[in-house]
Amino acid sequence: MEYLSDIASLINSTLRISTPLVFAAMAGLFAERSGVIDFGLEGKMLAAAFVSAVGSYFFGNPWLGLFLAIIACVGLSMLHGFASVTHKGDQVVSCVAINILMIGLTTALAAAWFGQAGLTPTLGNDERFLEITLPFANSIRDVPILGIIYSDILSGHYIFVYIAYLIVPVVFWIVFKTSFGLRLRAVGENPSAVDTAGINVFSMRYKALAINGILIAFAGAYLSTAVNANFFREMSAGRGYLALAALIFGKWHPKTALIACLLFGFTDALQIRLQGVELPTIGTIPVQLIQAIPYVLTVILLAGFVGKAMAPKAIGQPYIKER
Amino acid sequence: MNKIFSIFFICFALVFSSSAFANKIGVVYDSGGKFDKSFNELAFRTAERVKNELGWGMVEFEASNNTQIEQGMRKIADRGASLIVAMGFAQADAVAAVAPDYPDTNFVAVDVCWVDDPAGNIYQACYKEHEGSFLVGMIAAMASSSGTIGFVGGMDIPLIRKFQGGYEQGALYVNPNIEILANMTGTTPEAWNNPTKGAELTKAQIDGGADVVYQAAGGTGIGVLQAAADAGIMGIGVDTNQNWMHPGSMLTSMLKRLDLTIFEQAEKTAAGTFEPGIHILGLAEGMVGYATEDGMVTPAMESAVEAAAAEIVSGSMQVADWSQE
Repeated sequence: MEYLSDIASLINSTLRISTPLVFAAMAGLFAERSGVIDFGLEGKMLAAAFVSAVGSYFFGNPWLGLFLAIIACVGLSMLHGFASVTHKGDQVVSCVAINILMIGLTTALAAAWFGQAGLTPTLGNDERFLEITLPFANSIRDVPILGIIYSDILSGHYIFVYIAYLIVPVVFWIVFKTSFGLRLRAVGENPSAVDTAGINVFSMRYKALAINGILIAFAGAYLSTAVNANFFREMSAGRGYLALAALIFGKWHPKTALIACLLFGFTDALQIRLQGVELPTIGTIPVQLIQAIPYVLTVILLAGFVGKAMAPKAIGQPYIKER
Repeated sequence: MNKIFSIFFICFALVFSSSAFANKIGVVYDSGGKFDKSFNELAFRTAERVKNELGWGMVEFEASNNTQIEQGMRKIADRGASLIVAMGFAQADAVAAVAPDYPDTNFVAVDVCWVDDPAGNIYQACYKEHEGSFLVGMIAAMASSSGTIGFVGGMDIPLIRKFQGGYEQGALYVNPNIEILANMTGTTPEAWNNPTKGAELTKAQIDGGADVVYQAAGGTGIGVLQAAADAGIMGIGVDTNQNWMHPGSMLTSMLKRLDLTIFEQAEKTAAGTFEPGIHILGLAEGMVGYATEDGMVTPAMESAVEAAAAEIVSGSMQVADWSQE
């Protein structure tokens, strides 16, 4: 039964690593489906991590920290919207500005408030999100198969992990089954047609960006108030970019984007477990090669199996209302 | 007119007094960042000590990427630092390029011991981290009840292999059957800044049965020790005494006494007896070790470790240096 607990550990690890990617990919999906490129997921995730750690430290409540992070991220999304929707600036430039600004600002504010550049005080256990043990998890652990699935895989995660995977069907429903979602997609494909139909393109894009800000805040808060107990400079470590890659990989669709996030998480979890392990006939594989697995796999899948990525047609183009 | 002249004079005097008469210590930090609760922070604390105890001025530079290091170091030298501390192996090229242009400035290069020194003003300090890691490896093996221990490294470079090698040798010395799980966070400098990944690596090792984990991973290590504390297993800190971070779940910390090196060379710079050259510092010099304060090292462990340390110092036991492989 040894291999069963190994598999459980691998699945748990995959779920944990993918969680911030799922939030970020869903956040990106709303923005990009509305025709606004969101390269700034990285910077917003960093901002959320910082604000939630600080908020949680000052108010002693992680939920309040998360709430403040949502406000901060929606604010940043609005800034992005103001620059690139209202004033029709280049969307990529605006995103890069947000990313660079957040790296500097979080470090500088931590230095000003706590005297430690790029680090916030460690949060106590009541100031952060802890792993949740589902009811009866301990009593049915010994039931074969089912016990492992329920007690070891389903139970014992941070609340963010549950929210992340429950939110994907909700996103699917909003984007594909509601009139709001129809308009959202239309704005990203053909804004002039939507405008002709009497729907305000700008307000649709702003609404999409607001949802984007709310979702990305969860990703950041997960990093600094659940997995870790403080903010550390540049702790988002490229997850925003990876999520964007997953979104493109998943052709801007929640289902496939989720699969792409899980694939990234899985390959990462796998490479952790393959490091330094002696494989039959091959011997120990060098760490550098093992750590390249996620990227090599991505290239192979992109080149061979995924097919043409179809971006929303109006993505990256500011909408200019014709008089 | 006289007034203007006197103002000029005062300004001139002020500028001169701050740059030429007082000693200044300059620190160029490594990519882990100044407050990593470890390597860089130790240099910062030591520079503060130099400032307070020796009355020196202090200038600092924190590079956001490696290409800025040389520029930053020149700037610090231009601002009149009498001793510049270059933190980390990544600054080797910068030190080699800058030091000859500032023959009146002394340099302490931590973790660098291979650059040419035509001007004779670089103190190159390499530490025998494998000896210190050997001792904490022994402690880990003695404290482990599951017979499995873990190691999380930062960026996969020979220096970190040195920590890993010493740790594994020490653990095997105590318990030849012990199982050691070792992970590296990454292969780019970002690997020093990824506590979330550090926590994930630690959780994987805990799932694999590890009940003691040793980190040599800079800022990533904060996540390692946090995950260890969350899971109720023991953590081992690195470079400076990190036992205070999670009281009750920290076993010990491997000490790398770069603080002693920096302080000593600051004193010697002031006295004019700076010692340029290559220095390999280990147990015999008292420059690596382990921390017992706030930790969970029992007297029995301590006596076993002290016995091994004495053998290493006397030369009757050798700890292999994995970075040379």
